[in-house]
Order: sequence, then C-alpha cells, then structure tokens
Amino acid sequence: MSNALDPHAAIVTEAGGLDQGGTLRTADGRPLKAALARSSRRARRRAFFLVLPLLLFVLLTFVLPIGQMLQRSVKNDGFSANMPQLSAWFAEHPRGTEPDEAAWAALAADLTAAAEARTVGVIGTRVNYDMPGTRSLFTSAGRKARRGIEPPYRAAMLEMDEKWGDPKLWSVMREASSAYTTNFYLAAVDRTRDDAGNIVQAPEQQRIYLTLFQRTFWLSLVITFTTFLLGFPIAHLLATLPMRKSNLLMILVLLPFWTSLLVRTTAWMVLLQQQGVVNDVLVWLGVIGNNQRLQMIFNQTGTIIAMTHILLPFMILPLYSVMRTINPSYVRAARSLGATSWTAFRRIYFPQTLPGLGAGALLVFILAVGYYITPALVGGSSGQLISNLIAMHMTQTLNWSMAAALASLLLAGVLILYWVYDRLVGIDNLKLG
Amino acid sequence: MNRLLILTTALCGLGFAAQAQNKEVNVVSWGGAYEKSQVEAYNIPFAKETGIKVNMIAADNPAAPLKAQIEAGNITGDVFDIEVSDAIRLCDEGALVEIDPASLPPAPDGTPAADDFIPGALRDCAVANIFWGTVIAYDKTKFPDGPPTTAADFFDTAKFPGQRGLPKSPKRTLYLALIADGVAPDQVYEVLDTPEGVDRAFAKLGTIKDSVVWWEAGAQPVQLLADGEVTMATGYNGRFFDAMVAEGKPFEIIWDGQFMDMDMFAIPKGSPNPEAAMAYLKFATDTQRLADQAKWIAYGPSRKSSAALVGLYQDGKTEMAPHMPTSDEHMKTAVMDDPEWWADHDAEMAERFNAWLAAN
Repeated sequence: MSNALDPHAAIVTEAGGLDQGGTLRTADGRPLKAALARSSRRARRRAFFLVLPLLLFVLLTFVLPIGQMLQRSVKNDGFSANMPQLSAWFAEHPRGTEPDEAAWAALAADLTAAAEARTVGVIGTRVNYDMPGTRSLFTSAGRKARRGIEPPYRAAMLEMDEKWGDPKLWSVMREASSAYTTNFYLAAVDRTRDDAGNIVQAPEQQRIYLTLFQRTFWLSLVITFTTFLLGFPIAHLLATLPMRKSNLLMILVLLPFWTSLLVRTTAWMVLLQQQGVVNDVLVWLGVIGNNQRLQMIFNQTGTIIAMTHILLPFMILPLYSVMRTINPSYVRAARSLGATSWTAFRRIYFPQTLPGLGAGALLVFILAVGYYITPALVGGSSGQLISNLIAMHMTQTLNWSMAAALASLLLAGVLILYWVYDRLVGIDNLKLG
Repeated sequence: MNRLLILTTALCGLGFAAQAQNKEVNVVSWGGAYEKSQVEAYNIPFAKETGIKVNMIAADNPAAPLKAQIEAGNITGDVFDIEVSDAIRLCDEGALVEIDPASLPPAPDGTPAADDFIPGALRDCAVANIFWGTVIAYDKTKFPDGPPTTAADFFDTAKFPGQRGLPKSPKRTLYLALIADGVAPDQVYEVLDTPEGVDRAFAKLGTIKDSVVWWEAGAQPVQLLADGEVTMATGYNGRFFDAMVAEGKPFEIIWDGQFMDMDMFAIPKGSPNPEAAMAYLKFATDTQRLADQAKWIAYGPSRKSSAALVGLYQDGKTEMAPHMPTSDEHMKTAVMDDPEWWADHDAEMAERFNAWLAAN
C-alpha cells in the first residue's frame, strides 16, 4: 500500500495512476470512489437543506391535510368510542342475531354513561348520518337515562320510545359500532344499506351525488373545450404579431387575469341578468321583446359563460408560450412542398402546439372541477358543481366525513384523469413555458 | 446552556404575566351590520366597564370554525354567536359550557332571567341575544294595481308577475310553501314530520320553481330586488329594513308567514378566557344591552323586558318597535323555528332539496 506522505505515491496518484490494488486514489491516498461519494454526499446534503423548508411546507400544508381528509372519510368513531359495551356486543355476535337482553343492557348502560359524559349528541349525530330522524331519539333517551334505567332493559327502552325496536336502527348501530366505515363513500355514490345490511340504491329523491359528479366533469369538459376554441386563435395571434402589438394584446389577456375572481363573477351578473346590460341592449335593438328577456344567468349557461371567461388565461398563456417557440419556416416549408394551408396547419403547426394545449387543457380542467365561488353565485339551481355540496357539508350540515368522502372521490377522479393523460399524451410533453 | 435555560424560562414567565394582565375575550360573530350592532351595543360599553378588550372575529357561520376548533383540540374563540340548532347539537355533544339561568342578570323589575327571556331563548348551553325573521319583501313600484299581502300571493305568479327570490335552503323555504298552501303557522312542523307533508311542501315549491332565483348570501335578496331581477323575495328582515330606511328603496315587507330564528351566544369548553367570556355573555344579554342593539339593527331583543326600552333607529327619527319581528302583531303569524326537528332532519332535507333543485 502506498503512503499518503510518500511524495512518489502522491505524484503517481496525481497523474491518475493506479496503486498496487488497482484502485484510483486521491492525493491524500483515499480511494477516489469513496472521496467522490463523500463530496457528492455533502453536496446532496447541502442541497437537501435548501429544499427542506419547501419539503416541510408541502408536508404540513398538503400531504398532512390530504391524509387527514382521507382518514376522516372512512373514520368516524362517534358511536364506537362512546358506546363501548354495545360495540363489544356487536363484535361478539354476528349479523342477524336478534338483540338479546345483554344487548339491551349494554345499550342502557352505554346511554347512561354517555348521558353523564354529555356525549349522547355525538352518538346521535353519527347514527343520524345513516338514518335521518334518529338524533333526537338518542338525545331524549340520554335525558331520561340520567334519571336511571331499570331492568328489564328491553321493556324499559321500548317504553321510552318504540323506535328502539326498529331493526333498521339496530342494523345502522351495528354499522356505526366500528370506527371505520365505508358508508360515507356509499352515500357519496348514492348508495345506502338496507335493514339486512345489503348495499342498495338510495331513495330516488335523495340521489344527487352521481348526477353532480357527472355534471361537474361534463361542464368542466365543456369549459375546457370552449376555452380552447376561444383561446387558440388569440394565442396564435399573440405569438405571430410583432412584439409591440402583441404586448398590447397581452395586457388585455392579463388584466382580467389579475382582477379579483369575485369582481369578475359579479360583473358577469351585472351583464347577464334579465335586467342586465346584454338583455337591455338586445331589447333596445329590437332583437327580443321586453317580456322575452333571456335567462342567461343563475343556470348552467351562466356557469359556463363566467367560468370560461375566468379560466381563459390559463389556456392562452401555455399555448402562447409554446407557439412562440414554433419556427415559422416549418409551415413555410410545408407550403412550398405543396401542402394546402389547412394541411400545413393540421400536420405541421397544430402537432407542435400540443404540449401547450395539453398543459392548458389539464390546468383548465382541474381548476374547473374544483370550482366553487362562481357556480355558487351564478349557477342557480342547475349550474351547481360538486364543490358546492362539499361546502354545504362543511359549513351547514357539519358532516365532515361526508365532505371528506366526496372530496376524496373528486381527488381520485382527477388523479385518474391525470394518469390517462400521462398514458395518452405523456406528462413529459407538458409545457407551461 | 444554563444561562440560556434561565433566560428562556424568564421570558416565558414574562409572557404569561403579560397575558394575565392583558385581559381579553374573543367573540366570533357573523360580520356586517349585525356585527356592528354588537360592537356598538355590547363591546364598547363592556370594555369601558370592565377593562376587558373584546376582539371581534367575523365568520360566514361561526358554528363552522367552532366545530373546526373543537375537532382540532385548539379552541381560540371564547364566545360564539351561533344558530339554535347548532347550539343544541354542540351542547348535546358536550362541547359547550352549561349556563345556569339563575346566574344571568334579572330584569330591571326583578323578574328572574328564566321568566324574562322569550320561551326558547334560554338553552342548556346558550343564551339568545336576538330574534330575526325571514320575511317576504316586494318592490312597490312593480304592483301598481294592488300589492301582494299574503304568503299565498308570493306563489301566485299569475296575479303578481315576476321572478321570485328564495334562499337556497330547505329550512327557509319549506315552511313558506306550507303556509302558502294553507297550513296554520303552528301546524307547520306537524305537517313536515310526515313524508306526505314534505312531499306537499316540495310540490307547492315546484309550482314556482321556474321563476325562482335562488340566493345564498343575505345581501343577495336585497340586491336582486334593487336590480329589478325579482319582484318579490324572502330575506332577513334587518337587511330589508336597512335598504328601506337607510337607503330609501321602495320596498315593503309582508309580515305574513315570517320564519323566526334566534342567534345565541355560547361558550365552548376549553376556551382561552372562560371567566371573561362568561362576564361578556352576562353583560351582553342584560335588558339594556339587548334593547340598545335594536338601535343599530332591526332584530328583536330576546328579553321581554327589553321591548319597552327599544327606541329610535340610529338615524334618530325611525321608531324601531313596529319593525321588530318580535312585535306582538308580527308574532301572530310567525313560524317558530324548530331546532330539534332540524337537528334530526337537516342533512336529509338538504340532500332532498338539492336533488330536487338538480332535477329539471
């Protein structure tokens, strides 16, 4: 082995020589591989420290909340945590067992304990999600339970309210006795469980979520398409005009983009409502009579018009940035080789805009799927999207598990689309600028 | 190292000491003119009298941040202004501090608080401060041949043409459909309790579905009326009053079939300043303060003894008493909210309502 202090050895290594073992060594005699690994490890560590703040930020504000949302969509221990004895009875006895006196005793004991701890409302709220109208059954039983329940428990409970004997209630309690449940997902796809625990369709008047998911994806597609139709020529114009003129036009695209979403939505309300500017102009021109004013807002039309306008820049900007880089001589070459202008566009120009179009379409579509404020304000009854119902469960019914289940399904839908996009177009082809 | 430890401990100690001296209470309310009325009537005199600073925090619906804070186990608000159904539900879930009616200040004539509050205004864990009504208002200029006078007229688009503004909520529409269909105000919830009754309400709503503009925020019905987008709308009586009196809009309120609701103060368990919160709650719900609030907004005080003290509006000339949803005349045809029924059925009704809206 060569000594690091041996000047000959140093010279040999510096010249890139080999030692007797056949490994490359640095001037201080350590194997080159190890030294390289060490220094690159140090560089990696330094780089890691630089991205650490972002990593923490993403973890705290993105990964963690999404994880919590996913957990909340399947976990609701409102019943199981507060009704331990009855939950244990359910665990021991398979589905289909008639509740025996032990079950009724467990129910009475749990209710009494919950009444003392003031958690009856939590239990009632949980059961009420699966069987509307039962929350007050629990709270009123809780009030009576504070005065004590005497055996025989079955008779005592039935005397309180004969609804306690309802097999559907027991089926729902069995479902709720596990902290983890798929019921919120079932409800999110308009399904429910019958008395025997089988999955069936929800009553017709209550089926809403599937329709809304369909409508959300369909409207988002329509909006993506209209932004493409309107945005493509503009982006082309911007990319081909001389810089001075295109900058001026660019301002017209960016100015609304920088304006508050709420302001733009309200502006559309002013323009489109029945006593609004557009209708006034049409009446003034004599196109329609004063009593035939068009209903252009507070319905699906309003949602599509306003959202198309608001999302338009998200289509134009990526298209523009890609179109700028397209060399005009390709099209000229195609024309000189005999292609018509349509063929040159179809086979030469358009394919080169695809990365920008893909980016724009993906951006617009994903933004549209989660849109909330605009449909809430201008959507009326027929222009509501799924996000409006998620908001309703968050703020009005306070059923966060349901909101989480709906949001998870929406997230899953977007991820599937992203995957399909990756398979069809390839995510590498995505260009934002 | 040791020095550092001593220094941080001392600093922490200082922090705590500073907090103990700086007494404050965080009140979460609804914002807007309503919040202003609470600041003027409660917060300013409370701070003057006790030296406790009041931080007003606005929310769309304070029950949502309250629930979020309970779930997160980190309660930052001390007093929440919430609706009755939320107050009952959260109380049943053990999230709110129980309030003994005997600890509330009596009326000036010595009537104990338990007898002085309007029935329903005192709950196990919450005390109402105002009653507010959802009422029908119309644009006077749109009906020169005679104005509508009843809830049934609201549904009569042949006789009273024009679009209608309705809140996008089953709670604030189903009752109106039943009243218009001939159900007595005190029978509304009995009818709603049966599936046929619910069908009946939806069927009646269906008769005007095509001419309804649905609103979501309290400012919208006023705006819709002012724009001429609708000729009649239901909305919160305080908002309509403001438009009529403060802005001089040509609106008129129909007091037939008003829907009465309460806003209540509640204190969550584990709030950062429980004593100050309780002091604030007692102060704000005494006879004089509740009467003072009516000077700033047309919502009725929750105490009987406050009614006599209700004076003029802030403009100094409008008598407030006739505009109160709690006035004897208006109470005759009012539907009282049944929070227990809604705690049981609101999710079910919301889903059915939305499905009904979505079906064309």
